[in-house]
Amino acid sequence: MTRIIVDGTEVDVPGEFSLLQACEAAGAEIPRFCYHERLSIAGNCRMCLVEVKGAPKPVASCAQQVRDQRPGPNGEPPVIVTNSPTIRKAREGVMEFLLLNHPLDCPICDQGGECDLQDQAMGYGIDEARTREFRRAVTDKNMGPLVNTIMTRCIHCTRCVRFVAEVAGVEEIGASGRGEDMEITTYLEKALTSELSANVIDLCPVGALTSKPYAFNARPWELRKTESIDAMDAVGSNIRIDARGAEVLRVLPRVNDDVNEEWISDKTRFAIDGLGRQRLDRPYIRRDGKLRPATWEEALSLVAEKLKSTAPARIAAIAGDLVSVEPVKALKDLLASFGVASLDCRQDGAKLGGPRPAYLFNTAIAGIDDADAILLVGTNPRREAPIVNARIRKTWLRHPLAIARIGAAADLTYPVTELGETLDVLAKLAAGEGAFFETLKNARRPMLILGQSALARPDGAAILAAAAKLAAATGMIGPEGAEGWCGFNVLHDAAGRVGALDVGFLPGEGGRDVAGILDGAAKGEIDLVWLLGADEIDTSGLGKAFVVYQGSHGDAGAHRADVILPGAAYTEEPGLFVNTEGRVQAANRAVFPPGEARENWRIVRAVSGLAGKPLPYDDLPALRAALVAAVPHFAALDVAPGSPGADGAIWSAVGKAGDIAAIGTPCKIADFYLTNPIARASKTMAECSRLYVAPAMAAAAE
Amino acid sequence: MSVRRLAPVQPASFAFSADNLAWVDKQIAKYPEGRQASAVIPMLWKAQEQEGWISEPCIRWIADRLGMPYIRVYEIVTFYTMFHMAPVGRTHVQVCGTTPCMLRGAGDLIDVCKKRMGPHAKQVTQDGQFSWEEVECLGACVNAPLVQIFSDTYEDLTVESFNALLDAFARGETPKPGPQIARVHSAPEGGATTLTEVES
Repeated sequence: MTRIIVDGTEVDVPGEFSLLQACEAAGAEIPRFCYHERLSIAGNCRMCLVEVKGAPKPVASCAQQVRDQRPGPNGEPPVIVTNSPTIRKAREGVMEFLLLNHPLDCPICDQGGECDLQDQAMGYGIDEARTREFRRAVTDKNMGPLVNTIMTRCIHCTRCVRFVAEVAGVEEIGASGRGEDMEITTYLEKALTSELSANVIDLCPVGALTSKPYAFNARPWELRKTESIDAMDAVGSNIRIDARGAEVLRVLPRVNDDVNEEWISDKTRFAIDGLGRQRLDRPYIRRDGKLRPATWEEALSLVAEKLKSTAPARIAAIAGDLVSVEPVKALKDLLASFGVASLDCRQDGAKLGGPRPAYLFNTAIAGIDDADAILLVGTNPRREAPIVNARIRKTWLRHPLAIARIGAAADLTYPVTELGETLDVLAKLAAGEGAFFETLKNARRPMLILGQSALARPDGAAILAAAAKLAAATGMIGPEGAEGWCGFNVLHDAAGRVGALDVGFLPGEGGRDVAGILDGAAKGEIDLVWLLGADEIDTSGLGKAFVVYQGSHGDAGAHRADVILPGAAYTEEPGLFVNTEGRVQAANRAVFPPGEARENWRIVRAVSGLAGKPLPYDDLPALRAALVAAVPHFAALDVAPGSPGADGAIWSAVGKAGDIAAIGTPCKIADFYLTNPIARASKTMAECSRLYVAPAMAAAAE
Repeated sequence: MSVRRLAPVQPASFAFSADNLAWVDKQIAKYPEGRQASAVIPMLWKAQEQEGWISEPCIRWIADRLGMPYIRVYEIVTFYTMFHMAPVGRTHVQVCGTTPCMLRGAGDLIDVCKKRMGPHAKQVTQDGQFSWEEVECLGACVNAPLVQIFSDTYEDLTVESFNALLDAFARGETPKPGPQIARVHSAPEGGATTLTEVES
């Protein structure tokens, strides 16, 4: 720790702190544009000027470190002044230069009301321009369907340039020209090709880069802000949902250093226009082969009737990827009271289950920061969880990190050693063959990340077992607890999956899994299938079964349904989501469900009453209490479980030993932008898919 | 200075000649492994020497060769005004317009350029022979005013000698670089004025 005096206050801060951070630690507020905690330091806006005693002129506080400051003549701590008239004048001068060419279009600017330049001009701006020269105008650049550019507003902070180069890992934005003619652009104005590209909108301190889908939609002060959790992937990104009236207008990231830092993927941010399209807003019943509107009473009593009249062995239920824990728990309890055993939440057929650590990302996302060797097995984190991929890249940038992959090759924005396309390489590696085994063994904090594409194969259980064996053999599993290390990780891609696994929405004694349910329905052995937001299955395999679809969007499941029970989407009901780490997080309601759609767990509760077996909870607190009673870890929110320890009882029960076929597996997610019913209903996502994915697929097909 | 953009008409491809390629490989080999990008400016210079200007395929060729993102090479080309982003004349005249040259008559030289080659900088004459631009200090103020053509400077110019110089280029000759008056390099005009007693 180094002592430093800021505005007369002595503070002890680490020597590697910048002066700006030291000033903040002392409680002094420093204005800034180019400085950002998670990006490299540019030092080009000059707004953060402070006075350092002994220095001849003001210094940019973001670009100097505390330990480089000279002590006083008698060894006194360095003295920083942030509020002197000199500094005020210096900052006013900087502000005047920034405003020289900045257009006065705040009234029509989307950044208005949440603009750093606007805010700081209130403090440091002067009321009148002293120049009579022409202002500079810059042509707008194309950056793709998500980022709108009004480049005359740009103040050249280069945050966007640094973000795409450092965090997103695609060096596509640059600053062309020099001096007054400097412009921010992409090469040949091509669209940004990162899944994280839209974060530059948040980073831009002015209105130069704004959101294209949200352009001219609303003012920030008109919006109702709800803190919630994202359901587009299994990362559980912390988001803020901004809504006006009944419409969700935008999604912004919230800071959570353990999960998404302050980034979100483009799908998280822009799939929300899908919330207004293809919605199921009233119950439907299929009559004479056509779905016809019905009342809730008719629909619910029909379902209850079917439940009562069908033998339990001929009933099945599949839970989807976007559902929160509560409806899954309610449906499980309801069907359990009828003795139904054919429940499954693994739509893709992943061979998951068993002890909890066997299906979690045990290292935790923040734990990636400490890893020094990573083995990716059958996963493309860039598509399955872009935030996790960015975290791996960040770790690779910061310290030596050996990354290898077994499975299909793909550009992940960092170098990866290919160990083989076919997954049988994993079995060999687990047996101690190959150079990377030694790398993992010698690593202090080795990690293994297992993707759903691998687990969804018929030999998924063998792959899971081989991965556990490799983890044990290379010392990935350390002591128990938060201080321990567990390098065995399963990367999920569905927001609802871990929660449903935690609740135990899995085939019971003699029950069927998803493949078994579809097979049974096709053969006429299953008569009633309840799809709880399940759209990623092959609905043509449901045969003659009576299908109840409960969900928010008219997608694959609803098209096949005989009864549609319209439910709320993830922005429309409070619900718990468990992310891939096993972190329980609470999503909140931002808007009410459209039309007659209802909260999902209430629909299940209503059916239970009509079916004569009412569930023992009438409100959400009671349901959550029942949930905690059944599964205690739901009591603690926003906590990653930490290392489970090297308990033999856990790790011997992971997967099932067996042969792994010597074949490769393509990534399960062929199209990042269209992975769920909400994204498939979104125009913005369709545009992204058309622009980014379709050409690649066409090229691959040739 | 003005906003620099890629020329609207671009060639389909770019390639170094065999000699230049060998030279480029030698330059790249100068830098340690992982630092190859340092060779970007020498490569751009060589490409400009070969083609007369930097084309978009050339930017991509160099970026691919050095393992750099295209935008990074583009940034460099747009940053340095010495790189031409559009074709220039076979004889591109860079007239120094900085203070010493300006005081010694650079304005007259620019007038000559405007008259012979066209009113705007970087405007190429019909026959493709000439273009001109005003540049900042060429670093030979003692010989002001001067122009740079290719990598040579022609110094101590007057309107007459500059016209004669351009005529020579138009005839396809390569005039002798350096002062265009009776003077050796930057030695005094008309012979030594000090240290006259020293035997040379």
